[in-house]
Amino acid sequence: MKDGAGSPVGAVLVVGGGISGVQASLDLASSGFKVYLVEKAPMIGGKMAQLDKTFPTLDCSL
Amino acid sequence: MAEAGRHPNIRVLANTDIETVEGEAGNFTVTVTRRPRYVNEDLCVGCRTCSTYCPQTLPNVFDENLSAAKAIDILCTQSIPAVAAVNREACLYFQNKCTICLGVCKAKAIDFSQKRKKGVMHVGAIIVSPGYEVFDAKIAGAYGYGRLKNVMNSLEFERVLSASGPSKGEVLRRSDGKIPSKIAWLQCVGSRDARVGHSYCSGICCTYAIKQMILVKHHYPSIEVSIFHNDIRSFGKGFEDFYNRARQMQGARFIRKRISSIKENKRNNNLIVTYTSDGCHTIEEEEFDMAVLSVGMSPSKANGALAGILGLELNHHGFCHTDSFSPGEIAGRPGIFAAATFTGPMDIPDSISSASGAGAAAAQLLSSRRGTLTLPKAYPIARFIEGEEPRIGVFVCHCGTNIAGVADVSSLLAHASALKDVVHCEDQVVSCASDSLQKITKAIKEKRLNRVVISACSPKDHEEAFREALRESGLNPYLLDIANIREQCTWVHYGSKDEANQKAKEIISMSVARARNLCPIEDIKLPINKNGLVIGGGLAGMKAALSLARQGFKVYLVEKNEELGGQLAMLHYTLDGMPVKPFLKNLIAEIKSNNNIEVFRGYELKSFAGYVGNFKSTLAGVNNAKAASVELEHGIVIVATGGQLLKPAEYRYGESQKVVTQQELEQMIASNSLPGDLKQVAIIQCVGARNEKRKYCSRICCGEALKNALKIKELNENTDVVVFYRDLRAYGFREDYYLQARDKGVLFIQYEPENKPEIDLQRESLSLSFYDSILNMKGELNPDLLILSTPIIPEGNQELSQLLRVSLTGDGFFMEAHMKLRPLDTATDGIFLCGMAHYPKYIPETINQADGAALRAATILSQNSITASGAVCWIAEDKCISCGACISVCRYGAIEFCETPHGKKAGINPVLCKGDGLCNSTCPTGAISLRHFVDEGITAQIDSAFEA
Ligand SMILES: Cc1cc2nc3c(=O)[nH]c(=O)nc-3n(C[C@H](O)[C@H](O)[C@H](O)COP(=O)(O)OP(=O)(O)OC[C@H]3O[C@@H](n4cnc5c(N)ncnc54)[C@H](O)[C@@H]3O)c2cc1C
Ligand code: SF4
Ligand code: SF4
Repeated sequence: MKDGAGSPVGAVLVVGGGISGVQASLDLASSGFKVYLVEKAPMIGGKMAQLDKTFPTLDCSL
Repeated sequence: MAEAGRHPNIRVLANTDIETVEGEAGNFTVTVTRRPRYVNEDLCVGCRTCSTYCPQTLPNVFDENLSAAKAIDILCTQSIPAVAAVNREACLYFQNKCTICLGVCKAKAIDFSQKRKKGVMHVGAIIVSPGYEVFDAKIAGAYGYGRLKNVMNSLEFERVLSASGPSKGEVLRRSDGKIPSKIAWLQCVGSRDARVGHSYCSGICCTYAIKQMILVKHHYPSIEVSIFHNDIRSFGKGFEDFYNRARQMQGARFIRKRISSIKENKRNNNLIVTYTSDGCHTIEEEEFDMAVLSVGMSPSKANGALAGILGLELNHHGFCHTDSFSPGEIAGRPGIFAAATFTGPMDIPDSISSASGAGAAAAQLLSSRRGTLTLPKAYPIARFIEGEEPRIGVFVCHCGTNIAGVADVSSLLAHASALKDVVHCEDQVVSCASDSLQKITKAIKEKRLNRVVISACSPKDHEEAFREALRESGLNPYLLDIANIREQCTWVHYGSKDEANQKAKEIISMSVARARNLCPIEDIKLPINKNGLVIGGGLAGMKAALSLARQGFKVYLVEKNEELGGQLAMLHYTLDGMPVKPFLKNLIAEIKSNNNIEVFRGYELKSFAGYVGNFKSTLAGVNNAKAASVELEHGIVIVATGGQLLKPAEYRYGESQKVVTQQELEQMIASNSLPGDLKQVAIIQCVGARNEKRKYCSRICCGEALKNALKIKELNENTDVVVFYRDLRAYGFREDYYLQARDKGVLFIQYEPENKPEIDLQRESLSLSFYDSILNMKGELNPDLLILSTPIIPEGNQELSQLLRVSLTGDGFFMEAHMKLRPLDTATDGIFLCGMAHYPKYIPETINQADGAALRAATILSQNSITASGAVCWIAEDKCISCGACISVCRYGAIEFCETPHGKKAGINPVLCKGDGLCNSTCPTGAISLRHFVDEGITAQIDSAFEA
């Protein structure tokens, strides 16, 4: 970011695609940034995808 | 979740590991390795033919190994990406024994020649959100996990409860496949237990165990559910209600005891749990036929390696180290931000707030480069369908067993395909999953459908996702109707399957009848005012304003008091020992010196109008006379009005100098006016909270009590400190301070609300009688000082909620759009929420929400225009008789008289109109119609209902 280091890059790397990584990615992508969402598993979703219904609303988790 | 897979600016790289990170904030170079999935993601259509034929089975990790998967498989129906992957260790191809899947895959997507691929990315910032692991209950060996068949951990039990899980939602014993009649939950397994290396509280397990008990009871009213717990730490918004609800269930027991071991009854594989009765040291036993271990959150075993790659520090618990005043920042690593459960245990809403907060920090850093690498989402040009005969496609969702477990989906399909104009019918396991949505898009294109009926859940759930599927196929999104056969049918009639099936058919017929009459509607595009209004100048408001300003937007910050600071100004130090005053001073200085922020101190909101992107507000001076009112125009609002501390009406507060609140005590400590020779201090928790009048738990008072108890001990270790509590809710790492307080000799006495400590009013000195409900005995104290922990209460929310038309919860806090998934949004587009206006919370939680709300707001302010739904009312001017009836019924102020060549006529502001149709049914001349609910459609729907 300092002068001379070149101008910053308008892209963000998100490490981990659970609900938090997905939320950060969506917010950043919707406000003008390119996002790389890196997930080590074959699918995103993390633990939340495994939950049945979630507190306190008891609606389905996805 | 599916949205992330579809977003044009998100590249999802699954099966990928981070290798190296170089560079600095603004310019990082990251190398990654993509492990081969041996399936080409672009070719695979997710049909799972390969897994059907694959001969090699292995445990399905998504189902916590409770079901079987194949060596090539898609592990869950909602997987994103919805493509198969090969498990290399299990696959027989690599043992030169099998090539079956290659032969059966019609898409030719399987590719065993794939190699590990290196990739390099250039990014300006990094967000680290690798989550957590559940505690390995084998370490707590006494509970028999891994040895005894009917002992499960709670995540396995989540899968068991799930309709798409290993037993399709049926709760069955592993030993004999029978439904259990008595289930026990064991709390704090792998949490609050230094012996297993986890002294902290995981904060989520009390509430998820309560959830699981409620779900079991809902499905099987006769199963007895018992929970063995320490404190019940249901501290979040809405959680206490949830807890009370569970307590009232028939056959639910809450037992405040810690189980020492579980043994098996060899005859029937039942479980014998052993615990000691407190007070007397007798050992008690009880038999259950199933036990669920409420396992806590552990830091991921890979955290160390990740920390090494990213150059960051872990705390002594193994989570990422952050501090109270910068919960998303990592000391010494600018440009890298930590989110959610990587920083400590938390639930979904808090994870979401924290993730948005970390995102905001990245957006601030890179604000000058916004929009340089992104593309707007492109849709095919909408097809012109005028003049076409209706060609209707009907999609019937199984919704796991939610629908298919009650209705017979194949008979619904047969019924639908016989209906007039229906040219395509298809059933789907989960219609809202991304692969199903793609199939809908594909069918529309291939079959040239011009109307679509989705028979699934309520339109409230996924209508937008289905509309998106239409848009992507080049069909106007309003040519969709949703037949709600779940909430309005299978959920409510699960007891009578035949009738439910019949009703589902009728609902589908009605929906098809309406669909036939649907017309395309164009949405409305509007410009956006790029300024933000933040209401409330406490910690939340100041943080939100700063974040917005640093993201490049102009902000108006309104504070009704003459000074900024709110409740933060009353604090001196935090539980983790950080001094508050310098932090506050610095924050105010940053606000004052930021050119993007205009502060209005001593002002409040007087009037409010408009809609997302285009709000108009009037501010008026609180001491009205002197200040002139101010008119503002802005695109978003952030509500950050905080709360107040309750002044208690009990325990002689106000009468005796010796009875003070936590806040007053803190003031005394900070100003050195606490007598040095205090012999004994008593603290009472939940004064004015968790009772009939104020049902909620105020979340922060337990931590405040610990903080001040420790401070008193620090000042004079000989002062006796006694804390009377109901449940000591020291969640997360706060448990460390609870342990510290115990170590320092602070005495904790548990009381039940029926037996609250009582103060003796007769005597001049304080006399406190109490009943210790753990030891089952009475006692009496004569403390020199009595400190009352009182809750945060909402203040002024009623008026503001009316002005903004944003609802409040029953407890009087502002209501979010969705308790779990949208904690920072309100139901009104463009109005956001953070801090204690939402619910009582600690400083780091407030900061996460404030930054997060600022990023949520930026998703609007960064656009150049906003789209409002075209599904609104319109007025046939020639029929309007200017009676004004519509104006008086519209709750959104969307109708006004306008001058026309034919005089004054009612005119609708399509942006404010929500299309709820109140005006339309009120208009005496029938001048108003609803674009998306035309009379023809509704009549056809009613006719169809009576035909049946
Ligand atoms: C039994 C149980 C029940 C629960 N019930 C509820 C409930 O009802 N309501 C509620 O609010 N909360 C509940 N929770 C808590 C909830 O699971 C968490 O709050 C939430 O899922 C945390 O999300 P996360 O994104 O932080 O982490 P995770 O879900 O763990 O996601 C992290 C992701 O990052 C990936 N990852 C990790 N390391 C790397 C790396 N180095 N590179 C790339 N990717 C990586 C992981 O594979 C994973 O996909 C429950 C938890 C449990 C255990
Ligand atoms: S007290 Fe904490 S660790 Fe124990 S079960 Fe409750 S939330 Fe989990
Ligand atoms: S003292 Fe406060 S935080 Fe603790 S349980 Fe009572 S209301 Fe909740």
